[in-house]
Amino acid sequence: MNRLAIPKTYKLYIGGKFPRSESGRVYEVLSHQGDFLANAAKGSRKDARDAVVAARSALSGWASATAYNRGQVLYRIAELLEGRRAQFVDEIENSEGVTTAVANAQVDEAIDRWVWYAGWADKYVQVAGNANPVAGPFFNLSVPEPTGVVAIIAPQGNESLLGLVSAIAPALVAGNTVVVVANENAPLSAISLGEVLATSDVPGGVVNIVTGSPAEIAPWLASHADVNALDLVGAGDLDWVELQISAAETLKRVLPPESGADAAAPALSRILAFTELKTVWHTKAIL
Amino acid sequence: MKFLDYAPAPESQALLNLKSDYGLFIRGEFTAGRGTPFASINPATEEQIAMIATANQTDVDEAVAAARHAYDGVWSRLSGSDRGKYLFRIARLVQERARELAVAETLDNGKPIKETRDVDIPLVAAWFFYYAGWADKLDHAGAGPNPASLGVAAQVIPWNFPLMMLAWKIAPALAAGNTVVLKPAETTSLTALLFAEILQQADLPAGVVNIITGDGSTGQALVNHPGVNKVAFTGSTSVGRAIARSVAGTDKKLSLELGGKGANIVFDDAPIDQAVEGIVRGIFFNQGHVCCAGSRLLVQESIHDDVIDRLKRRMQTLRLGDPLDKNTDIGAINSAEQLARIRELSDLGQQEGAERWSADCVIPENGFWFAPTIFTNVTTSHRIARDEIFGPVLSVLTFRTPAEAIAKANNTPYGLSAGIWSDKGSRILAVADKLRAGVIWANTFNQFDPSSPFGGYKESGYGREGGRHGLAAYLKPAVRSGSRSIAAAEHAPVSKKSASASKKSASAEKAAK
Repeated sequence: MNRLAIPKTYKLYIGGKFPRSESGRVYEVLSHQGDFLANAAKGSRKDARDAVVAARSALSGWASATAYNRGQVLYRIAELLEGRRAQFVDEIENSEGVTTAVANAQVDEAIDRWVWYAGWADKYVQVAGNANPVAGPFFNLSVPEPTGVVAIIAPQGNESLLGLVSAIAPALVAGNTVVVVANENAPLSAISLGEVLATSDVPGGVVNIVTGSPAEIAPWLASHADVNALDLVGAGDLDWVELQISAAETLKRVLPPESGADAAAPALSRILAFTELKTVWHTKAIL
Repeated sequence: MKFLDYAPAPESQALLNLKSDYGLFIRGEFTAGRGTPFASINPATEEQIAMIATANQTDVDEAVAAARHAYDGVWSRLSGSDRGKYLFRIARLVQERARELAVAETLDNGKPIKETRDVDIPLVAAWFFYYAGWADKLDHAGAGPNPASLGVAAQVIPWNFPLMMLAWKIAPALAAGNTVVLKPAETTSLTALLFAEILQQADLPAGVVNIITGDGSTGQALVNHPGVNKVAFTGSTSVGRAIARSVAGTDKKLSLELGGKGANIVFDDAPIDQAVEGIVRGIFFNQGHVCCAGSRLLVQESIHDDVIDRLKRRMQTLRLGDPLDKNTDIGAINSAEQLARIRELSDLGQQEGAERWSADCVIPENGFWFAPTIFTNVTTSHRIARDEIFGPVLSVLTFRTPAEAIAKANNTPYGLSAGIWSDKGSRILAVADKLRAGVIWANTFNQFDPSSPFGGYKESGYGREGGRHGLAAYLKPAVRSGSRSIAAAEHAPVSKKSASASKKSASAEKAAK
């Protein structure tokens, strides 16, 4: 006799909690064959704004954590993903219609990518910073610092988990906090990733995940004055030029859409895209 | 003349050999512009210096075409070491003609000769010398091995440091292998055109640098030109915002160095006389026409009265007048328009309840002048504490704790510069960590060096000028094959995929609106 399964309620992940959309809206998530999988929360403008507030509140703590600490926290995510990989493989198989082997390969790559980025946390400053030999009695040092709150439109293609990880991990390395709009058609692994984050050591509010329609939510994030940077990596099918124009109002740093197998490929440049270089001139005493 | 008065000591203009009319510098030659020429005046006397050509759309097209031709035909094929040799030549020629350039700059801009002679022009030479050496070492610039140049760079610069801003823009662009179309500010084109003569002396291949003059519409035509690959702008945040909008959706790489409202924080343990010198340097250097000026003084409450007394005493010794006089500290305001803005904001400061004090100084009859001024009793909500005045006007606020100083310093949409005055090293390090600004000076202010990156956080713009990081604005990683493995990505960050062609043309239309 088969036991009757208990399906999960998929909600948003904001400020370390799992609220429903304040709008009360949901939308049906279907398998690749068109079968009902779940009702996902259909995030609203207000949900996005709540997520920005949560991200802003979490920023100073995350940005001022030591690099070693941030590295360990990010590595811990990989550990937890490894432990729950069956759940992710299952969701990917269902929603993306791929074989178990292909789903496994995607989860492998997602986990490895967390590890790769985690290792950068205490190194990118060394690689991207500089001591500058100025012509005068000064100790002059340039170091990259996090930009602030980064809004991300997650890749909307086939590899929902890998795309999401590829977009949020690099922003987190430097100490930014993130509001991410998940893959609209395959949002389940995003919410499951939220559960991983909630049980990891990532402080609440550092990553905020909104499911729903990127076309509806992205304009509010692009024009939000408390968002410092906008990653349009998954916005290729939206009117992204309009989003970039909105972002110019507060001179947000913007990364354009990417597509193809190479989209959001792991790179130091993705970490540095969400950093600001600070140069400090320290006066030397005259002996 | 009374005892201890200074005798006039004007720098000679005899070494200048100015023309009465200047054309555009395109394809290595001066050509007449198709727009209506305009007069460049000396802001200290309001006398005309020369007539300057205006580039219209057709001229902009020609300049961009010249830069493209030079890029394809010559500059992108030249070895890094040869590019470097040209830049070294330019650095030396600037040094040789330094005094002439300093006098011309002072004449055209109104800033004191001691600044053009000792700061602006030496930094111009230093900038070319620094980037000259980078031209054959780009593998070490941080963009991975064999980084590629971008193509044609459109550069629009402001009037506050005319030739220095030109050097900040042109030197890294050429070192990285790009060609350039540069537009100087309308009121300060002169030294850029003298610089064009230097390029002829250096025998720089025709079209590698093109200089087009005109007003804002010329600049707009240049940055919106579909033939440019890179836009670099220094100027106001409002224009920067418009440029960011207009390049949205295009493949043009953009760097913006915009406004600021820098906080100069003086702690109670600071060496006060040195801090006072730093405050003066922070806001009265170049008449306060400095984007990174320390225009907000944050002084710890316990030493407020002492600092202000000493500052006022020091300000009484500042000499305002003939910019060509070697003893002048405060020169002329660059234009009538800028003077009107300074007056408007200062009057507003008074109306909003801040206390205004200006040094006693005789204002010359002709020209544009503004006495060095401070406002005390300023609160964070006052316009003079929030808006960039871009003049010799200081707003003084107080604080009690380091946390309050940091909160007030960061309470601005800008994030370009800040200063910290304290005798305690650990406090300086901790405060510097918390300030959201791209350049921070500890126990000094307004220092610049070609090896030191400069640029802002937040609405002060993005991208850096100077140092190794300044090259990144003019380089892209080598094109790599389609592998997505981590190993391949390590050294060659992903190139940004361009969107479909239809998106791009849509954006061009949007840019036009």
